[in-house]
Amino acid sequence: MLRRRVIPCLDVADGRVVKGTRFVDLVDEGDPPELAERYAREGADELVFLDITAAPDHRATLLDIVERTARRAFIPLTVGGGVRTVLEMRDVLRAGADKVSLNTAAVADPTLISRCASRFGRQAVVVAIDGRGQPLVDDQTEPSWEVVVKGGREATGLDAIAWAERAVDLGAGELLITSIDRDGTGSGFDTALLREISSRVGVPVIASGGAAGPADFVSAVRDGGADAVLAASIFHRRIHSIAAVKAAMAAAGLPVRLVPEVAA
Amino acid sequence: MSPSGGGPRIGVVDYGAGNLVSIEQALTQVGARVVVIPDGDALRDLDAVVVPGVGAAAPAMARLARHGLIEPLQDWIAHDRPYLGICLGLQLLFDGSDEDGATTLGILPGRTVRLEDAPTLPHIGWNQVVRTREHPAFDGIADGADLYFVHSYAGAPSEDEAVLAMTTHGRPFVSAVSRGALLGVQFHPERSGTDGLRFLANFVELVAAGRGAARLARGVA
Repeated sequence: MLRRRVIPCLDVADGRVVKGTRFVDLVDEGDPPELAERYAREGADELVFLDITAAPDHRATLLDIVERTARRAFIPLTVGGGVRTVLEMRDVLRAGADKVSLNTAAVADPTLISRCASRFGRQAVVVAIDGRGQPLVDDQTEPSWEVVVKGGREATGLDAIAWAERAVDLGAGELLITSIDRDGTGSGFDTALLREISSRVGVPVIASGGAAGPADFVSAVRDGGADAVLAASIFHRRIHSIAAVKAAMAAAGLPVRLVPEVAA
Repeated sequence: MSPSGGGPRIGVVDYGAGNLVSIEQALTQVGARVVVIPDGDALRDLDAVVVPGVGAAAPAMARLARHGLIEPLQDWIAHDRPYLGICLGLQLLFDGSDEDGATTLGILPGRTVRLEDAPTLPHIGWNQVVRTREHPAFDGIADGADLYFVHSYAGAPSEDEAVLAMTTHGRPFVSAVSRGALLGVQFHPERSGTDGLRFLANFVELVAAGRGAARLARGVA
């Protein structure tokens, strides 16, 4: 049976792992390949690097850490942040990434999704969608979410559910759904948003934004219909281990890959 | 095992299918000397061939043809030389693919078909690989171990003899085959953590043992 995945996300700036709340107050957390290897050992099912470097000339640094990571952590690696063209995606895959996540650039030009999918296969194309809940207006009874880009700083006017369906039609092999309202708050995943999307698409959905503890991972899968759950700070700060999260998921009857304890 | 030195020479076929770093690095890690193979001529002097790759069959076959690799690979396998096909490298062994109607290498009878009744596609993630018989490539790996998959199609052999392992996503599909020195796996050993590395180490060991046997047969010390 296919396992539900637990995915640590590493925010990377200038070749280092950083932590902070929505791109501010960044603190250096170490060498990406080193942390990646540690997470792989501790039972991570995949890894995501989110490149949040602002400088335009950071490509070489990013490709270098992707390559060094691929040499040490023998689990799948997704790289997101700033990929705007088919050629940039090719370079990231050649450096050793398995998938690339497209966000702002895909909103700006949706054909980027289909062009990348036809060149590299849809399994290599993750579309990341940041959604913000909208206030109910008039006689509206169903909740809705707007797509925001540039780390939540810019509204697009796009409906997140409609955009998710369109992204899959265009060739997305997976969707990474982040609730901007919950991200960094520790108030749990937005399971309503996840459910609306996972019930409408046939591709795997990765939940992101809001994890505080193991129970949130369980509800992202059980209530949100997520196939995989991503979190950053609770793992970096060692608030919860990957093993503890997986134990809670297993206890709730969810299929997970349990990694035998490895002597340090 | 040492990462360099006298390990068997294993050629990884490069036909422009993206990430080769993972498989090169994983094979090196378990003691192989890895050579990237750009064309059919480069198959000489190798102890084994690995064909990786993800994606659709037709563009892959077109690239293999362009690089002059189709006949050399067919000859290689016909002479029962060690071959490991991973994901697309397994699917290409069959007669053809339903994904785009491509004619493939025709080494194993059967076709590559879409996964049926799958709750999600692509099938992405860790899933159990259950053996239908024993094979030394799986030594030290628990039956039913979780290994990493990423695909929407899988080979459906028309004969059962080659089937080595099954996995279920919706319905059961063939996740490993073997025939003589030929191995094919639908999962990605280079992305399957310690069990994946164990599988590749077993493969490298089998290649090294076979190379020794071949040298003995030729009377070379």
